[in-house]
Amino acid sequence: MAISVKVMNRPDPEDTSYLRAALSGMALTFRHLVNPSKVTQQYPEEPTDLSPRWRGTHRMEVHADGRPKCVACGLCPTVCPANCIRLVGGEDDQGNRYPIVYEIDEFRCIFCGMCQEVCPVEAIHVGQHFENAEYTRSRFVYDLDRLMEQDHPTTLLWDPSDPSSE
Amino acid sequence: MESLQPISGPWALIAMSLKVTIIFGVLVLVVAYSTLAERRVSAWIQDRRGPNRVGPFGLLQPVADGIKNLLKEETLPATASKAFFVLAPMFVLVPSLMTFAVIPIAAPLPTPAGIVDMIIADVPIGILYVLAFSSLAVYGVVLGGWASNNKYAFLGGLRASAQMVSYEVALGLSLITVLMMSGNVTLTEVVWQQQQLGMWFAFPLSLAFILFVISAFAETNRLPFDMPEAESELVTGYHTEYSAMKFSAFMISEFGHMVTASALMATLFLGGWDLPGTWDDAFWHEGQLIRGFTQDGVIVLANPAWWKTVLTFGGFAIKTSFFMLLYIWIRWTLPRFRYDQVMALGWKVMLPTALAYAMLIGGTILVLDEVGIRWGFSYGLALTAVSGVATAGFVFFLDRGRTIIGAAGQSRQKVSITGISQPATAGD
Repeated sequence: MAISVKVMNRPDPEDTSYLRAALSGMALTFRHLVNPSKVTQQYPEEPTDLSPRWRGTHRMEVHADGRPKCVACGLCPTVCPANCIRLVGGEDDQGNRYPIVYEIDEFRCIFCGMCQEVCPVEAIHVGQHFENAEYTRSRFVYDLDRLMEQDHPTTLLWDPSDPSSE
Repeated sequence: MESLQPISGPWALIAMSLKVTIIFGVLVLVVAYSTLAERRVSAWIQDRRGPNRVGPFGLLQPVADGIKNLLKEETLPATASKAFFVLAPMFVLVPSLMTFAVIPIAAPLPTPAGIVDMIIADVPIGILYVLAFSSLAVYGVVLGGWASNNKYAFLGGLRASAQMVSYEVALGLSLITVLMMSGNVTLTEVVWQQQQLGMWFAFPLSLAFILFVISAFAETNRLPFDMPEAESELVTGYHTEYSAMKFSAFMISEFGHMVTASALMATLFLGGWDLPGTWDDAFWHEGQLIRGFTQDGVIVLANPAWWKTVLTFGGFAIKTSFFMLLYIWIRWTLPRFRYDQVMALGWKVMLPTALAYAMLIGGTILVLDEVGIRWGFSYGLALTAVSGVATAGFVFFLDRGRTIIGAAGQSRQKVSITGISQPATAGD
């Protein structure tokens, strides 16, 4: 492979002036100095804007009567690459399957969002939320009740026919 | 009626103690808050917000920094020269704060016991004292760099000594014109002569003003002249091995130098505490506080008042803050010079220019005195015209771009020497 040299298009030293360049630089910095719009986000006071495709804390969708939408099909623990979902399914009198145990370890989760993609009844979701600090490690294993309590907006899945989500 | 006599006796002792305490306290406070100002202004220039968490608008940030530095571990390198290592921060800190003692900060304050000058020490050697003490600071920097037994610190110290010695020459030579104008080295007299002239020395001595500002930047080791620190080349230069309060002492002294240099520039070239008009003029002339002379040379007595002192102090503070802002503004605009550029600017541009300008101003003053123009506004206007021409010539010369050639100029010279043809147009 041949070595390629990039020749920078520098100004001719006979045409450059340190003084003029310095003065125009100072004018530029002064404009930024007095410009009231700053890029810093005042995070705790001003909430951060999350992308609609941000994949954060999980939540479980519920029916109107308060039951989880999950049918304990077992697809999400199967597809989960980090193996962070524990699911024990049960069956009620009418033969409806429901989750007896549904736990997600938020520490092991890599937030790939495959559980949401694979879910046939749109029950488990990743959400637009990230502020989930706790004092103990055990609190990071979210059980079914806690997943159902979450009320942040769910993540918008990427649509291949609409790549830029418009 | 308050007496127009200078304060004397035990009251003078009390007034002096109060002045020393208040001025030193305010100076240290200003230094602490200039660190905050630097961080806030640099943030604003970069479209950030800067420290605003500690207290309202981040105003308690210097306190938090101070507590942090006091509680931090003091490190002492095993191979360092211990005595000098400990001594160096003191050597830097003390002169940077002492210089302020000879700068007049406001019009004299009348009290029932007499008139109090708003200056700690109106010593007859004024400017010489400033030059002596500001050049003492280089010892601390060199000592700190050498005692650390660290090659980067040592290089920083070496650079500091070479740079500060080089620019002190231009600094002193640009001061000569001010001394020729004021006819005395006390800073109170420099202020008085500017009041008498009816214009601040920045106009009749415009080129000296520019040279002094540039030299002052180099003397305080501020960007674009911060060769002794040069964090991209020398870690942080002479204070690489320092931590906690010793490092803080170096920082305080840097900002102390900045405040003092700003106050000095304001005093020498922007009239010090003088405000436009003659209502605030005051000077001790043969034991009397005078405001000026009539056409026939009869003394006009000054009538000092506390509100005049307050107003003139406000003027002095505004002028000093302007230079502080200039320091910070330039630091966050211009990149650091290469070492040879610093030396070339100091010895090949500043020194000859300052020398030639001193001769020009000396000649002009001689001519004006021979012609018989009185020290006053027309005298100043004549000097302003001469200086304006000199400044325009200096700027024209600098504007040719031969002074500080960028990397392009260097590479082009090398290419022409070795005879390899460079592509005429740029391309990938």
